[in-house]
Amino acid sequence: MNTVNTQTNNKVRQFQQVLEIIEKHNYDKTRLITILQQVQHEYRYLPQEVLTYVATALNMPVAEVYGVATFYAHFSLEAKGKYVIKVCDGTACHVKGSSKLLDTLRGKLRLSEQKHTTDDMLFTIEAVSCLGACGLAPVMVINEKVYGEVNTKKCNAILEEILAGETAAAVDENSL
Amino acid sequence: METKGIINIDGINVPIENEKNVLELIRKADIELPTFCYHSHLSTYGACRLCVSDIDGMGIQATCSVPPRDGMVVKTNTAEVRQIRKVNLELLLANHDVSCPSCSRSNNCKLQDLTRRLGVTKVRFKKTDKVEPIDNKSWSIVHDPNKCVLCGDCVRACKEIQSVGAIEFVNRGAKTTVAPAFLKSLADVECVYCGQCVAVCPVGALTPKPETEEVWKAINDPDKYVVAQLAPAVRVALGEGFGMEAGSATTGQIVAALKRLGFDQVYDTSFAADLTVLEEATEFIQRKLKGENLPQFTSCCPSWVKFAEQYYPELLPNLSSCKSPQQMFGSVARETLPKLLGIKPEQLVIVSIMPCTAKKFEAKREEFIHEGVAEVDHVLTTEGLGRMIHETGLQFRKLTPESFDLPLGFKTGAGVIFGNTGGVSEAVLRFAYEKITGEKLAANDFKMVRGMDGIRSAELEIGSIKLKLAVAHSLSNARILCEKIVAGESDYDLIEVMACPGGCIAGGGQPISFEPDFREKRAQSLYNVDKQLQLHKSQENPYVKELYQMILGEVGGHKAHELLHTHYHGRKRITEQLLTIRDTEHPKIEVCVCVGTNCFLKGSQELLKKLMQYVTENKLEDIVGFEGQEEMVDVKATFCFERCDRGPVLRVNQHVIEHASFEKAKKVLDQEIARIGALMNA
Repeated sequence: MNTVNTQTNNKVRQFQQVLEIIEKHNYDKTRLITILQQVQHEYRYLPQEVLTYVATALNMPVAEVYGVATFYAHFSLEAKGKYVIKVCDGTACHVKGSSKLLDTLRGKLRLSEQKHTTDDMLFTIEAVSCLGACGLAPVMVINEKVYGEVNTKKCNAILEEILAGETAAAVDENSL
Repeated sequence: METKGIINIDGINVPIENEKNVLELIRKADIELPTFCYHSHLSTYGACRLCVSDIDGMGIQATCSVPPRDGMVVKTNTAEVRQIRKVNLELLLANHDVSCPSCSRSNNCKLQDLTRRLGVTKVRFKKTDKVEPIDNKSWSIVHDPNKCVLCGDCVRACKEIQSVGAIEFVNRGAKTTVAPAFLKSLADVECVYCGQCVAVCPVGALTPKPETEEVWKAINDPDKYVVAQLAPAVRVALGEGFGMEAGSATTGQIVAALKRLGFDQVYDTSFAADLTVLEEATEFIQRKLKGENLPQFTSCCPSWVKFAEQYYPELLPNLSSCKSPQQMFGSVARETLPKLLGIKPEQLVIVSIMPCTAKKFEAKREEFIHEGVAEVDHVLTTEGLGRMIHETGLQFRKLTPESFDLPLGFKTGAGVIFGNTGGVSEAVLRFAYEKITGEKLAANDFKMVRGMDGIRSAELEIGSIKLKLAVAHSLSNARILCEKIVAGESDYDLIEVMACPGGCIAGGGQPISFEPDFREKRAQSLYNVDKQLQLHKSQENPYVKELYQMILGEVGGHKAHELLHTHYHGRKRITEQLLTIRDTEHPKIEVCVCVGTNCFLKGSQELLKKLMQYVTENKLEDIVGFEGQEEMVDVKATFCFERCDRGPVLRVNQHVIEHASFEKAKKVLDQEIARIGALMNA
């Protein structure tokens, strides 16, 4: 049986979610920030056209929605990878070698200070200020999961694990 | 006088009356504390920190944001507050490109003025070196973010006065700028080009788009015959750019100046306003008698027209089909002047002098360009003409007044008061009264439509006809009326709308004034000009009558319609936004649903949902008879097909479906699937 490409329907599902989010919040413009947070959760960033859609649905100027989306550091207008790696570069982590950790990650994923996301949209690296877990320095967070005392070896192992999972998933899909 | 207490400012007792904040009291005490971000008619923002003063018990406060209380003691001039103001100004200058000599706001710039006044002679902070691109794409307004002081006056003017909100603060902290959504150009968003942002900008960040070079080029070309039309509001404002009082009427000097600049003929837009009155009032009387498309909205203001096209497409049939006076002048001039002046049509160059930035956009509307020839070639703003006069060194105040050229320079007072809020209504009433009753109007003034209240309404009986009319200025006020009409809660017959507060006299192309009562002064001056003319009713204009006899035929007749009327269309608010919802590898069919506000309100979201579901969940091979067709349909959402009056609208490949329902869309989609399926099977 020839199934529909997962990605195709994934996109539809994302947009259906957007509609649900807006409906759930009753088209209330005072809930814009919450709505944007949930929309970002769906797409991992805020695509321009979706912002325009949200503005239309909430009956407010697009410029205002854009203004809010660019004001908060939490919101991203650039597409992010499936795995967002936040590397802490706060004082404690810095002292414990977070720069080296960043260099290792960037080297391995062919990213730089300017280029944050891999071409296959799998990884995004962000250097962030204190994550509040200084006792575990250097710390990095991948999506919701916290990794403490990360050295080069540990870092490599974590990446390998993720990549292995991804390959397995792809094989599964093809064998269906 | 009822006082609500006393406040002590620098040792002087000042009674509190109805002042909103301490700053207003300080200014009442004749102390002109500097501000960038404070305008009494906009909300208080408190960002520029220049009005800081020392208030006993409260410390250093931004006085614009402190409500007055009895017994307050305020010191506006301590060493500490002077120092704070200077540092604030230095910080602003460090972020400013300081290209003063070549800036069009040089000499009328608050930053320049305050730097001089506060004695800032040196900026100790390091310059920021980022250069941001200048937005020069729209026909009307130039935005140079490098000169912005982030006072937010423009953002609030756009939102609060016009209820448009085309620009907003973007980003945060040191990266903050003012810009349209997604940093697009003003040409690509819902900006209505009214220029109220220009009128409140304290610096040169927002300015009218200059067209002086194009005009000079035409004047200097010996093959060209350049004529000017002068809008009513220009004559009571241009003088301000030459140090004259607000509201000084300088009609004769302006005509003289235009002649000296090299214009071949100088005519009056008020002549065309007289024409507009006849056409628009006749249209109105017909609609009123038939009870059709009421209320009738005026259509002279291009910002209002664009606003209606973007936000109220269902009301477009209610707009008068009359062109604005600027465009009526253009078409009549193109039709009559070549023969009258003995020139070839291609030699004629028509230049408008307008108080308005939106008129530049209007002149470029496709409806007003015929076979590549625009009805109006160039639009100069009042301040643009001022700059041309300055450039030549002409001593404007010393010029001997001259008179307009005939025939298109002759007008009645009705055509002059067009520049004031309420002016169009009054001019129409002066005509309608005589037309309906057949009697001569005894008193010309309809004072009930005059004034500065945002929405004014009047009910009157003319003969056996009862009329209810409203006058709105500022588009936020127009929006209030539109919402009522859409909700069916209004029984107005005629509604005049002007986008700028006060009407054209306070347009975005006028000299910038920060005087509190400049609007009232300019408006009164236009009423005075009306009084000084012999004729006050458009129907008495002998040259207008002659034009009907010779060229136009009947008022509202065929030829008049061809030359003097136009049409409107729904208009998108943002360009290049296409939301891909379903993205297949080898699409054969594209379903594109309009989710612009109008279609959205008419249920396009539900339509989109059902279509997404249909395409995703149904086994489309049942229709086509082979597998894999789910992969051939793309679903997209677009922000406006500009067919808003026929919404909801969607498109399946090349088939556009208006007044769409799911069933209608499904039928066309199924047909397309079958067609493509047949092709693929073959």
